Amino acid sequence: MSNVVLFTIITLSTIGAASAIILYFVAQKFKVFEDPRIDMVEQALPLANCGGCGYAGCRNFAEAVVKSDSFDGLYCPVGGNETMKTLAALLGREAVEQEATVAVVRCSGSPQHRPRTNHYDGAKSCTIAHSLYIGESGCPHGCLGYGECVDACDFDAIYMNPETGLPEVIDDKCTACGACVKACPRNIIELRKKNPKDRKIFVSCINEEKGAVARKNCAVACIGCGKCVKVCPYDAITMEKNLAYIDPVKCRLCRKCVVECPTNAILEIGFPPRKEKPIVTEDSEGSGLNLS
Amino acid sequence: MLKTFTLGGVHPEENKFSSHKKIEVLPVPPVVTIPLSQHIGAPAKVLVNKGDRVKIGQVIAESGGFVSANIHSSVSGTVLKVEAFPDSTGYRRMSVQIQSEGDEWVDGVDLSTDLKKDFDFSSEEIIQKIIASGLVGLGGATFPSHVKLSIPQGKKAEYLIVNAVECEPYLTADHSLMLEKGEEIMVGTRIMMKALKVEKAIFGIENNKPDAIELMSRLAEREKGITVVALKVKYPQGGEKQLVQALINREVPSGALPIDVGVVAFNVGSIYAAYQAVQKNKPLIERVVTVTGKSVKNPSNFLTRIGTPVQALIDAVGGLPEDTGKVVNGGPMMGKAISSLDVPVVKGSSGILVIPDTEANRHETENCIRCSKCVSACPMGLEPYLLMSLAEREYFGRMETEKVMDCMECGSCSYTCPSSRPLLDYIRLGKGNVTQIIRARKN
Repeated sequence: MSNVVLFTIITLSTIGAASAIILYFVAQKFKVFEDPRIDMVEQALPLANCGGCGYAGCRNFAEAVVKSDSFDGLYCPVGGNETMKTLAALLGREAVEQEATVAVVRCSGSPQHRPRTNHYDGAKSCTIAHSLYIGESGCPHGCLGYGECVDACDFDAIYMNPETGLPEVIDDKCTACGACVKACPRNIIELRKKNPKDRKIFVSCINEEKGAVARKNCAVACIGCGKCVKVCPYDAITMEKNLAYIDPVKCRLCRKCVVECPTNAILEIGFPPRKEKPIVTEDSEGSGLNLS
Repeated sequence: MLKTFTLGGVHPEENKFSSHKKIEVLPVPPVVTIPLSQHIGAPAKVLVNKGDRVKIGQVIAESGGFVSANIHSSVSGTVLKVEAFPDSTGYRRMSVQIQSEGDEWVDGVDLSTDLKKDFDFSSEEIIQKIIASGLVGLGGATFPSHVKLSIPQGKKAEYLIVNAVECEPYLTADHSLMLEKGEEIMVGTRIMMKALKVEKAIFGIENNKPDAIELMSRLAEREKGITVVALKVKYPQGGEKQLVQALINREVPSGALPIDVGVVAFNVGSIYAAYQAVQKNKPLIERVVTVTGKSVKNPSNFLTRIGTPVQALIDAVGGLPEDTGKVVNGGPMMGKAISSLDVPVVKGSSGILVIPDTEANRHETENCIRCSKCVSACPMGLEPYLLMSLAEREYFGRMETEKVMDCMECGSCSYTCPSSRPLLDYIRLGKGNVTQIIRARKN
């Protein structure tokens, strides 16, 4: 009996020892050198694996950063400048800074502004509805409201507002990874410069139709009248294809265009309520009185 | 035992209410809107400007490439606008809007209704006449006809197949055309046989049109090489590949065209239009449109000018019924709902179907229960449930290997699904993406 036990122990130990020796040499022979900095960089990243940098995940991004000599075209939008500084310190390089951005939904076409003329009954997917037809309202550019941007967001930073039927971004949670921008088949969502106190001024419309058509589709559409371009003291607004665009870098948040817009297509968000009445109303009333 | 195709297929309720109605001529509408892209391929290039006077049959836009077609004015009058108008999807596409004044035709069109049996044109002359007439497949796919007639080198056509199946429920445009214009269709068939240099032509007609089968068989007896075959009623028998298999038992391989097995197929409406183009020099400016539906007062077939607003057709059958839930451009299986009645009738519009409220909505989507009914129903031998889940997960590369491009969007899968899953919607999404992948690979 004891012989059997002994025999087993010896055999197994011999096999184990022999395998260990073989494996040791094999491991030496086929050793792959992996830059330890890749692990360090990966640990410094947010590890959200969102793909916002353009790579499949944080590990791929870390590999690309270590392989490359500079930060050209490499930026983690989720970690932002803080993370990039840490990476720069780790790798002994100069940090690149980018302006922080946040996702902005450029459509205000709630059912109240943009009546629904039909009912869509197909698969609840924006991409499918967009490829099939114009949508429930008459606007070929407006939000379809089936929430593909919400599904795309890894950070719960965007949700559908049931009252307006439009997606809304929670600025504090938004990491500007760009997943929603890619998901939207109508290209409504834009990454814009993040201002202090999350203040925003933007044209909340992407309709490129002529004014009369755009207005017919939606009460708060940009009709391309050009009033905002004239009133802007900083040349921040350009007009292209019947659509105004406010350059987020040039814009100094003076809010003059907001009151000028006849269709309320320009939104101001995060500002304290205005103290005085908007100047434009006073002006128009005044001139009206003078004429009479 | 009647012939039919072997793989898959469904049999929806036929509801052919307008099958014995005469073709009525719809009055010329005061304004027509003619889109520049009514066919598969490049849009036509516009030739007229705002304010121009045009005659009926005048070319207002010329073919924009080999796979493209001329577009003619369907009324005589003044061009009101050349700009983008909503098409049946609601998106704006370049169109020509013409106000109708008077009834002036271009020179050379034979307006008599006499049957003109004899022709002495060579194959090339026929093809030239068909190119000039802007003929496209009137079955619904709107593929330019001259492309099918120009047989590529190294391939040979043996059969002309005339697609008179009309497998879509409700639609009766082809049926009524055969009953009224049988003689002309026979001449048209001979013209197409000459153009293709084939000796044999086969009519495929489903067995729910016994009067048409009887009439066409009687007419075919007098002709050499033309036969009429009655087919078992099964959807989608009107699909080119299904019809070829049903009639001559040849399978068109994946990714290939019927010409690869020696067949060219034309819709019976296109055959009639070819007769008009060759014998009467009359371009494609009108077509037969069925206007039907369960609550429509007077379902009927109308000879309609291209560019007529759908509203005019609805008015002609006694207005929109009160319980309307949906208006569909085309049949119930492959047609698409339209969101406005201002949409114009185009070359591919075979019917306008009004669906009552009680039947217009889809049922709520449930989970897939793996019953594989969609697999049994698919006439192309695909696995719709798999394609849908791949599309949902955006595995478009895998969809290509699963042959999603063979799908002809007949809708049998969605029709048969007990869980009411939007199978075809997702398959279409996948097809769109796979097309882009293929295009990117070519460039």
